Amino acid sequence: MAMTTAEIEALIRAAFPDAEVEVTDLAGDGEHYAARVTSGRFRGLSRVRQHQQVYQALGGRMGNELHALQLTTAAPD
Amino acid sequence: MTDDSQTRIADAVRSADVLLFMKGTPLFPQCGFSSRAVAILDHLGVEYATVDVLQDQGIRQGIKTFSDWPTIPQLYVKGEFVGGSDIMMEMYEAGELAGLFASKGVACAA
Repeated sequence: MAMTTAEIEALIRAAFPDAEVEVTDLAGDGEHYAARVTSGRFRGLSRVRQHQQVYQALGGRMGNELHALQLTTAAPD
Repeated sequence: MTDDSQTRIADAVRSADVLLFMKGTPLFPQCGFSSRAVAILDHLGVEYATVDVLQDQGIRQGIKTFSDWPTIPQLYVKGEFVGGSDIMMEMYEAGELAGLFASKGVACAA
């Protein structure tokens, strides 16, 4: 069961209302995505913690419905 | 069952300075992300051990709880969880991964 770009974006935005979110379907197959999330909430957090927060926003879908999500996180400059 | 896999994972993490949980083996990775992780470690010329999670369902599921991380590969250095392949790539490109190995006293050939 694949997810759409819009669904992924909506889940991340719901958890990070301040964030800039850009989700790209890498292969056009609904399986391989890349997401870039820029949020002030990431400030001062390690990369592992930043990614864990995004995975939490995806509510257990990562590694299940969502097989491949190349994730880049950053705090705004 | 779960407790057993947690113990086995903890033992594995302690058993090697650099440990990669991956799908497949360094020679025959079974997933693009695992393949990328192996390529980064090879490129840095660091000695590492791997655990093939496809050979062990207990570890394959248990590692996600162990590290609170939903995907594989996962890199551990001296018992500390470093991240998955995206973080490895980001750190590698920024020169931070080599720095991490140096600061932990792990020798890099490259």
